[in-house]
Amino acid sequence: MSDVVEKTLTALPGLLLSLDSQPGAAKLCATSRLGSLVRSITELTSKNVGEEMAEPPAGPRSPKQMKEIMVRAIYCEMLGYEASFSYIHAIKLAQQGSVLEKRVGYLAVSLFLHESHDLLLLLVNTVLKDLQSTNLIEVCMALTVVSQIFPKDMIPAVLPLVEDKLTHSKEIIRRKAVLALYKFYLIAPNQVQHIHDKFRKALCDKDPGVMTASLHIYLKLIKVCLASNYKDLTDSFVTILKQVVGGKLPVDFNYHSVPAPWLQMQLLRILALLGKEDQRTSEMMYEVLDESLRRAEINHNITYAILYECLKTIYTIHPKSELLEKAAKCIGKFVLSPKINLKYLGLKALTYVVQQDPNLALQHQMTIIECLDHSDPIIKRETLELLYRITNGQNVSVIVEKMLDFLRLSKDEYTTIDLVGKVAELAEKYPFPCSVWFIQTMNAIFSIGGDVMQPDIPNNFLRLLAEGFDSDEEDRQLRLLAVDSYLSLLECDTSGLPQRFLQVISWVLGEFSFLKEGLEPADVVERLGKLLDDDAITTETRCWVLAAMSKLCGSSDALCKAEKVAHKYTSCLDTALRQQAVELELLGRDVDLRTRVLPQHGARNQLEVDSSLSFLDGFVSDALARGAAPYKPPHQRQEELSQEKILNFEPYGLSLPVSLSACSLTDRQSPTALSLSSSLSGNSADPPLKAGSNLLKLEGVKRVWGKQGYLPEKQATEEALAQEPSSIFAPSHQQACSESQQTTFSTIVEQDQEKRQLASSLFVGLGSQNAPCLVRTVAQNLSDSTSEAVPAVGNTEVVEASEVSSLSGGSGPLAQPSSQVERGLESDLPSRLPATLVGLLRSDVEELCSGESLSLSACKVFDADALVLAIFLSNISDSSIQEVSCLISSEQLKVPEMCSTFSVLSFYLNEFVLFSLFVCFSLCLNHLYSEGVAQCQGWEEHLNLGEASLYHSVSPPASCSCRPLPLTTEEYGKMWLSFSHDVKQNLMLLKHEEEDQLEAALTALKEKLCLHIVDVIGAEGIMACQLVSGRPCLLHCHTHGGMLAIWLRSPIADLPDCLLYHCQKAIQER
Amino acid sequence: MQFMLLFSRQGKLRLQKWYVPLSDKEKKKITRELVQTVLARKPKMCSFLEWRDLKIVYKRYASLYFCCAIEDQDNELITLEIIHRYVELLDKYFGSVCELDIIFNFEKAYFILDEFLLGGEAQETSKKNVLKAIEQADLLQEVRLGGGLFFLGFNSFH
Repeated sequence: MSDVVEKTLTALPGLLLSLDSQPGAAKLCATSRLGSLVRSITELTSKNVGEEMAEPPAGPRSPKQMKEIMVRAIYCEMLGYEASFSYIHAIKLAQQGSVLEKRVGYLAVSLFLHESHDLLLLLVNTVLKDLQSTNLIEVCMALTVVSQIFPKDMIPAVLPLVEDKLTHSKEIIRRKAVLALYKFYLIAPNQVQHIHDKFRKALCDKDPGVMTASLHIYLKLIKVCLASNYKDLTDSFVTILKQVVGGKLPVDFNYHSVPAPWLQMQLLRILALLGKEDQRTSEMMYEVLDESLRRAEINHNITYAILYECLKTIYTIHPKSELLEKAAKCIGKFVLSPKINLKYLGLKALTYVVQQDPNLALQHQMTIIECLDHSDPIIKRETLELLYRITNGQNVSVIVEKMLDFLRLSKDEYTTIDLVGKVAELAEKYPFPCSVWFIQTMNAIFSIGGDVMQPDIPNNFLRLLAEGFDSDEEDRQLRLLAVDSYLSLLECDTSGLPQRFLQVISWVLGEFSFLKEGLEPADVVERLGKLLDDDAITTETRCWVLAAMSKLCGSSDALCKAEKVAHKYTSCLDTALRQQAVELELLGRDVDLRTRVLPQHGARNQLEVDSSLSFLDGFVSDALARGAAPYKPPHQRQEELSQEKILNFEPYGLSLPVSLSACSLTDRQSPTALSLSSSLSGNSADPPLKAGSNLLKLEGVKRVWGKQGYLPEKQATEEALAQEPSSIFAPSHQQACSESQQTTFSTIVEQDQEKRQLASSLFVGLGSQNAPCLVRTVAQNLSDSTSEAVPAVGNTEVVEASEVSSLSGGSGPLAQPSSQVERGLESDLPSRLPATLVGLLRSDVEELCSGESLSLSACKVFDADALVLAIFLSNISDSSIQEVSCLISSEQLKVPEMCSTFSVLSFYLNEFVLFSLFVCFSLCLNHLYSEGVAQCQGWEEHLNLGEASLYHSVSPPASCSCRPLPLTTEEYGKMWLSFSHDVKQNLMLLKHEEEDQLEAALTALKEKLCLHIVDVIGAEGIMACQLVSGRPCLLHCHTHGGMLAIWLRSPIADLPDCLLYHCQKAIQER
Repeated sequence: MQFMLLFSRQGKLRLQKWYVPLSDKEKKKITRELVQTVLARKPKMCSFLEWRDLKIVYKRYASLYFCCAIEDQDNELITLEIIHRYVELLDKYFGSVCELDIIFNFEKAYFILDEFLLGGEAQETSKKNVLKAIEQADLLQEVRLGGGLFFLGFNSFH
């Protein structure tokens, strides 16, 4: 070290001298000085040296010297040495320097600082000045830096200037301005909301560069907002793409003789978003997509890039069989390409489409098998992803084995977490071959996934074991297998096993080892005890082990051993562990208590948890009487904090008793604080519950191993077992087993014959399902034909085809048609709602209009995620109507995700068939205000309903788009804190005479606005709702002196305001 | 695009551009990890890598590795071509570019990059336009160095 310092000291004066000796000398250009710095740094390796050399010597410096020093500082920073002292100088340079120094100053700023750096505020003025400069280069530089980093809060200051630049005469300025706005949109979307029409202007700019830049904004807008707002632009995008593909752009934009590939790519992406699940929009782009596919013929990376994007678009939008065929061929080109990059993308494309069309995977099965053994792990990984998508009950064991093989070799933590999750999912979804396979796969998952995997994997597994399936015998066997395999594991060296796995092992042994006959509990206790000897074991795992022991100490022998172990921990510093140990001792002494608390079949019986913790009421009131502070839920605490800042006008004397009575209620409802101390009485049959973060979650865990999924699979199991020698497992120790599998696999792949076998085992079950290759196309074809009733238009409409056909079978009039309608509107029509809509909240069926033979009625059904408009078209004449065409148009009803297309439907309307159409759409935020009108025209040769206004308004709009959001108080508390937008207002409660004002107000809100009352605590009530689009809003109401204080919070900016308005209305109307 | 790194075969960083805000520590960690992973790969291997939740696209030109991080839904091939276009630009600007050009004129390399990619998106895809913009700015520099007369009429590109 000392010689390095010495070197530094000698080197430093020289280095600095070279700078100082010729101040301002033009001869020595920047590069040579940087050059000498670079050379010196290469010679000296100490970190300090680098820092000191970049340090500007004291005293004033000219901007020119500063510029050179700045370049060196950037260089040092790149080498990893901290040069934060120069940040302020970079800003100064950008501010004071002449143009060329400014350029370096801005560059340094954009490299050094990040968006929320404090120093950035100092730059704002400089940027403002430069934006107004007459020198184009200064303007360019300012715009460049703005589009890279700019403090979010200062956007309003520069926004008008940047907007101005959109009309600048130079295209480079316009382009940069557009990109600056794009950046603003990314960091603060609200700020640029008002200039959307300026974006449109940029889109129509005559310069292709500006237009390309504006596409970035549109792509983002369409992705983030709702595609439906931009559907009208589809035509423009298609036209642009057509022109680009047709080579109408200047040759400057060609790249390897492909016209503007970046532009094409952006457009294709936008089209994919627009055409998704929208037949009409998709139809507009079929032609140009076909053209793009056709044009992309040159064998160059760039054409493949476009092809790939094209494929993605074709498979995303509403399908068209011709295009799909061509696209499938293209995928073949990728997959079969000798170039590894293209092969990778081919696999990726296959993964993308294989769920729609499993045939494709079949076509390329040999290539896939080859890729599975590719030397590049990335290719392997992508192949596994593909296999994961085509897994079914018959090939699951082969695929899972392949995944585990990969996992054993992979070292990347991220891949491990992801893949382990997938294997676990597959194993639980298809517990196919036998229980042995399942247990062994799970063991492999635990030992490979170790402690990095998602915690819900072991939780789900234990849950599966504990809850069991239909047949008791099978449950018993599964558990016994688990016990067996873990006992044998414990005999070997356990030091390498991950903590999570040890926890699972100890839980299973504690819970189920009694199933094994001839196994002494004392043995198990001893083996578990050995685990504790290992120093590497964590306290959490120790808790699990002790918990298992306390379940096992039925016999005196076992008890004796367990107590010996536990005694060590009774004075342990870790409270959880200590508690566990003390409990064990206590339970050992009191046999009655033990059998009550830890019954042998405990895990199987659902625990009744008193979530209100009412048994603690006495404790709480005692504590309160002794003067303890009452518990307050977090949201209340926060509110009080914010209230403390304002003056309190209520007399203290009054508020005291109220708050006391409120708090006893409060405590009852909030199980968080005291649940730990109550574990003995509440849930002690389940000791893992106490183990901190690794709770065995009993709520909200998806149960994948369904009752139906398991048993029918058994037949297939035996068949598949017969055909696949590779998937038969020796039911012995799992390590031996997995090793033997590994060797089997490696031999398999060497020979082509065996490859085929592997292929057949991998792709088994795919061929049978692919008859309806594309369901959506079939539906589309049908809708074109007029001979049948129409099954569907778009994806969201449901038409009851079956009903139509069954009724049309009858001959002659069945009843008096007119009376049927009169009698039946309310009673009969709703019964024709499809089963999915029955039982949902709906409005009354209203007759909208009727003609001689047709009558039109409608009702609104409030589905959980959509507002469904059910339209009933009924025949009220006594003769049959041959043909009815129905046109539904909905230009005014601008609702997102609306059942995509309303094309002309033609169908027979026989007898008095009631024909129902269901139009389904979800409302978004904006449409809390909006009212929509859709028009329905029904016409037929001898009937003219004319234009009937069908759907006047969505009223009250709010209640149409609000849905109750069921939350617990605790969830509410968490959400409340995380939401950023809030609104508060006091509303007058008119009816003072009411006993319980709060109650009444809440009920009114609940009824009018479909809110969910989460909890009522004293004079406060909390409610929650969500929009159909799933966006939540939380309300907090508080009554005092005839006023209702409403406080709304939501992650969406305008939602609280809007909802407040409706609350106000609801309260007033009450 | 999330970030772009240029490093030599010896693992020395030559250029770094971050389009997402990250702390210095994070940046250093990412750089170290990526340089290691990319250098360990064999020449015949795929140019794409999965790394955390990102895709890494890299390509080697002579002794320099160009390495970009993109998101999963981005197109890998076009990113390769972005790298290629950048190399073309450097090549045109420096006249058959080599690693030393980038070491000793790295600020120029940054200027070109900023003119080509802005905020992680391709700003100008026409090679001619990018070079024109750079030349204009450079011209200014030389005029200044020569006679200091630049402010007389430089408010236009032409």
